[in-house]
Amino acid sequence: MDVLFLSRLQFAAATYFHFLFVPLTLGLSILIALMETKYVRTGDVTYQRMAKFWGKIFLVNFAVGVVTGITLEFQFGTNWANYSKYVGDVFGSLLAIEASVAFFLESTFIAVWALGWKRLSPKAHAISIWLVALASNISAFWILTANAWMQNPVGYVIRGGRAELENFWALITQSFALHEIFHTLAGSYILSGFFVMAISSYYLLKRQHIDFFKRSFAMGVTMALIFSVAEVIQGHMNGAEVAKYQPAKLAAMESFWETKAYAPQYLFIIPDEKNERNLVEFGAMPGMLSMLAYHSPKATVKGLKDFPKDERPPVAITFWSFRIMVALGFLFPILAFLGWLKRKTIENYPRLLRLFLYALPLPYIALQAGWTLTEVGRQPWVVYGVLKTKDAVSMIDRSQVLFSFVGLVGLYTIIGLIALYLIVKFVKEGPEVAQQ
Amino acid sequence: MLLSIWFFLWGLLWAVYFMLDGFDLGLGTLSPFIAKDQREKNIVHQAIGPFWDGNEVWLIAAGGVTFAAFPTAYAVLFSSFYSPLMIILFALIIRGVSVEFRNKSTDPGWQKLWDVGIFVGSFLPAILFGVAFANIFKGIPIDGNGVFHGSLMDLLNPYGLLGGLLFLCLFLVHGALWLSVKTEGSLRERGFRYAKALWLPSLLVAAGFLIATWFNTSLYLNYIERPLFYAIPSVLIPLAVLGGMAGILYFIRKQHAWYAWTSSAITIVGVTFFGIVGLYPNLLPSSLNAAYNLTIYNAASSPLTLKIMLTVVVIFIPLVIAYQVWVYRLFSHTVTEEETGY
Repeated sequence: MDVLFLSRLQFAAATYFHFLFVPLTLGLSILIALMETKYVRTGDVTYQRMAKFWGKIFLVNFAVGVVTGITLEFQFGTNWANYSKYVGDVFGSLLAIEASVAFFLESTFIAVWALGWKRLSPKAHAISIWLVALASNISAFWILTANAWMQNPVGYVIRGGRAELENFWALITQSFALHEIFHTLAGSYILSGFFVMAISSYYLLKRQHIDFFKRSFAMGVTMALIFSVAEVIQGHMNGAEVAKYQPAKLAAMESFWETKAYAPQYLFIIPDEKNERNLVEFGAMPGMLSMLAYHSPKATVKGLKDFPKDERPPVAITFWSFRIMVALGFLFPILAFLGWLKRKTIENYPRLLRLFLYALPLPYIALQAGWTLTEVGRQPWVVYGVLKTKDAVSMIDRSQVLFSFVGLVGLYTIIGLIALYLIVKFVKEGPEVAQQ
Repeated sequence: MLLSIWFFLWGLLWAVYFMLDGFDLGLGTLSPFIAKDQREKNIVHQAIGPFWDGNEVWLIAAGGVTFAAFPTAYAVLFSSFYSPLMIILFALIIRGVSVEFRNKSTDPGWQKLWDVGIFVGSFLPAILFGVAFANIFKGIPIDGNGVFHGSLMDLLNPYGLLGGLLFLCLFLVHGALWLSVKTEGSLRERGFRYAKALWLPSLLVAAGFLIATWFNTSLYLNYIERPLFYAIPSVLIPLAVLGGMAGILYFIRKQHAWYAWTSSAITIVGVTFFGIVGLYPNLLPSSLNAAYNLTIYNAASSPLTLKIMLTVVVIFIPLVIAYQVWVYRLFSHTVTEEETGY
């Protein structure tokens, strides 16, 4: 294992782990803010108890998200020095803007919210969680804009041996970025909705705190339904963006080898990467892939064989992660719709409740699969068409990277297990007892 | 001009980070010694709890600004300091989760575990930031392509270690005084006592560091060769460092914790700027050949990026300062036993 491979592994581990926590922060902060707003508006203490119960879980999740975020910023310099040198002019500024515009706000007001229950009026306290929610989501905007630039670089010019910023506006308004932002945020809200539904189901199955968890469930399922429907529609447009800007990724995620017009979509494929073909192709729908990708059945879709071998992404990983994401993406609106229909009497449907409880891992899997597709599908490029991953790595000693990789995985495993333990503990403790 | 403004801002962000996280890291390092029992440990924890996260963002901002304004320096610096940075990173992660998780259970064994985490996660960064900055002042073996030709051991040279010791001493005094700011009674007294006891060692280490700097770096050259250009810092910096040190002692005698802490903050900013001004216009000198030095001229971003970033920073950093001051005031009460526990 060389520095390149170890650095890639380390980046993958750090990013996957970080993104186990970020989506829940993005969505649950909004749900908690809504709960507190309802409390301020109606004076109904149940909403305050809801904000406190979900808030305890939120804080554990938030803490891990924050501390593991630093790794990501540092790693560009430590492991990807050539990348940082080459594109820092464009990419670095987006990270710096994220820190000064959003991360300060988020990190400062989370303490205000966590420790300010007695020091602030209910209204001011509710505003502090709204600020956290707002800042987290603005933070996501900048980070995803930076990632979108790696996917589809715009607004830059190569000058003096590096990429320099030429049009900042183009960078933050490009359609690829806006789609990526919407897609990721909606995914995060789906996850947060299903998270609240799962834990509410746990209590409703036990027939405890029924009113409390029915209200929580209703809020979660509403969020999940709205965004899972939106995600299916927008996801299709997202695919069209990929087809337009990253044709090699499209070919890999469909395991599509030969260039042709009227390109079919298959119901079932097993890719055979080694022999540049598919082992099984089943259920062809002629012209469907052309239609989905380019809105015309006649459109020509470029096959993998027409890309140089060293410019093709790994097919199997890209293909399967896409399949997993899409299958789950279609499942979520169905599940959410069922839950939403029955939300008023949901405690009477133990089978549904059990389904929602066990569905908890699914949105996590869908989101990680989505990122796998995004990042692996971009290979061999780190900045699409501009800089290859192998040219981006630092000239450093291999043993150092081995040491940090092992350390990082060990440390993250321990922290992840403890966070899981704490979240389970707080879930089991349940809401605080209503006063009076 | 734009480059020089950015150099100054770069130094300022690091100085503010050391000034703020310095007390967290210092108090975290002192906590096993300064707090005698579980009750006192709870109080010490409460003195850090609301602030560490907001303080640490200054590090993210300093790192982000290094990346945005001087990408080449960011790349070379971070990859050359790979191992120390990774240790700082792991330590800060441990510190963060320790502060956040400590009070999630009232079990004494659980809390003890996280108290150890707070100590380790505070002590290591305090030392290693000093080692890193001393090495920046001294210069490191980088070639014309910014590739580092050294090892971890090269960074742990005597001058680097002295820098680590200096940061540790300054942060310990800073942390002890913060405890006095935040508490009453015996803990407040003990904060003063620790700060006073650490004052002379700090002064001696600082003096030693200044002398060693003469032999190990070219930081003084700026002040000597262009005394007129550097007239203002030549007056302000010694005033900040010496005035700050004197202020610490004076206000401890007067039992005025906030003023003593402020004096300590001024000292830290002064020490950082002593190095920063001496470095100018270098960001990272090469010990192999001065031609390989990374400077604001060969390591900076394009004027457009610098201008956009300047606009962002000029608008948002004052805002950040405003709401962080508000939060410090919101939590300005002294911590007492009744309030411990999230």
